[in-house]
Amino acid sequence: MIALVAQTFVNGINVGALYGLAAVGLSLTFGVMKILNIGHGEFLMVGGYVAFWMLRLAGIDPFIGLPIVAVVLFLFGAVSYKLFFSTLSGFHEEQKIKNSLLIGFGLFLVFPQIARLLWTGDERAITPFYSGGSFPILGIRFGYVPLAGVLVAVIVILALHLFLKKTYFGKSVRGTSENWKAAKLMGINVNRTYMITFGIGTAIAGVAGILVGLTQSLSPGVGMEWTLKALIVVVLAGIGSVGGAFFAGLILGVLEAVGAIFMGPYAVALGLVIFLVILMFRPQGLFGKA
Amino acid sequence: MSNTKRFTISGIIVVILLLIPVVVSRTDLMTWLTFTLLYIALSQSWNLIGGYAGQQNLGHAAFFGIGALLVRTLWLYGTPLPLALVAGALAAMIFALIIGFPAFRLKGVYFIIGTLVLAEILKIIFDTILPHASVLPSKLLNDYSLTPRYYLSLVIALLAVGLVYGISRSKLGLGLMSIREDEDAAEAAGVDTLKYKLTAFLISTGLAGLAGGVYAYFAAAVLPGHMFAAEWTFDAVIIVFVGGVGTIIGPIIGSIFFVLLQQLLNLFLPAGTHVLVFGILFIFVVLYLPGGLVGLIHKLKKNAS
Repeated sequence: MIALVAQTFVNGINVGALYGLAAVGLSLTFGVMKILNIGHGEFLMVGGYVAFWMLRLAGIDPFIGLPIVAVVLFLFGAVSYKLFFSTLSGFHEEQKIKNSLLIGFGLFLVFPQIARLLWTGDERAITPFYSGGSFPILGIRFGYVPLAGVLVAVIVILALHLFLKKTYFGKSVRGTSENWKAAKLMGINVNRTYMITFGIGTAIAGVAGILVGLTQSLSPGVGMEWTLKALIVVVLAGIGSVGGAFFAGLILGVLEAVGAIFMGPYAVALGLVIFLVILMFRPQGLFGKA
Repeated sequence: MSNTKRFTISGIIVVILLLIPVVVSRTDLMTWLTFTLLYIALSQSWNLIGGYAGQQNLGHAAFFGIGALLVRTLWLYGTPLPLALVAGALAAMIFALIIGFPAFRLKGVYFIIGTLVLAEILKIIFDTILPHASVLPSKLLNDYSLTPRYYLSLVIALLAVGLVYGISRSKLGLGLMSIREDEDAAEAAGVDTLKYKLTAFLISTGLAGLAGGVYAYFAAAVLPGHMFAAEWTFDAVIIVFVGGVGTIIGPIIGSIFFVLLQQLLNLFLPAGTHVLVFGILFIFVVLYLPGGLVGLIHKLKKNAS
């Protein structure tokens, strides 16, 4: 019994770290530039496919190829920002959020169709030779790949945290998020900051996509599911809180894993219900300040 | 255009639409037309809350699904169809009333993602409770004819267009548009924003329920979960935006264009390509052409004169 509980907990954390990673990028772009990108999950999907094809065609291990995916997705995100979102930067905040949501919605319509044309609608999984392997500690099984996934998530989020707190550019990102007009007056290149921040957000989504491909499966339509997960986590954590997003991801992962024991297939709806309740009664999130 | 001229043209179009089943016998053409009318009803119903009131409800599929599922069940158990349709619309409205109060506490973007999530919850629930396709019994399948389905969707489409047209010219319509432009200012000017939004929401969801009922009557076989699929919302949203958000004629043009493109592209390209084309059009409209196709026509007319 204890082993079952512990195993459920471990599985929940494995998935939850992924939720956290998927949400961090969304939280960052929303917090810094008030862009709520419903297409966030699509970048995750693209990142997963890049890693999948790197392994399939060139034999590049997904963990070694991780930086490549991050760079590719960074550039892809920066270009997408320039094409689709940069025209919004002058809008009034409320208008900007609404329009960004509509554009993200448009990306969500377009990307899966392109992916389907390019790579067919088949479900794919990234399967290096060591996938599926695991080792036991005290009767609890730890998979190599999920464990590495948690490690990657922690490293990425720590790196992002340090980057925002310790570097000069991170400071300009935080300044821009607090008040972009004042930041502009202080000589910060707001447009460039926005573009790079968006790129970082999509790069993290791409890394999360690799882990999704490794531990679950990829298909052109998987984006919306992950956007919803990321939205739940972001709302749970409080918008714009990077560290909070990771912990909220863990909470959601464990809740779903435990819920699956009692509620079976309805556990997926559990997260969504929590989301609605939080939205109603604590819109600033669990870790946010009112 | 003067009012008399406008009414004459609308009258002629309605008469043509009424006569179509007499002249046309090709089933594929009739299916397209039925679907176009269904989409006109659905997108016009979304246009009321999303276009006129500016509350982008991304959970429209929930109300379409509730209407569809109830009408389907009642009808297959022998209830007369008109009665089932009324029940379906009422059920959608009751659900809207239940979630309307909490949902409208959410402002702006939170309303949008809240409604999106709500529809997803319903879809997951019905996918799980009712995993099997609902197929028409053989007796009904043998008598299956497109003509009554066409007329039913025509009636619902006319109802939706007429209702939204009437509202757009009423005090309610003005109030809704003022809420869209600036909710706080509208409130300050004495518009009871919650009451107005709820009224629009109820009418919009009731029409969505009716459209769902038409689909339930139309479909020979359907998965209950599919009635709640987010595509119903998304199709309506892109149709309205590409056609022209917050106009009467926009959703009509958008629906015709959408179904036409869908059918033409599906002849040569993999299914779903029309979503790609419409998605790109949608992004383009949001970024550069806020008036959609209707706005474009107006612009061209202005330049010409």
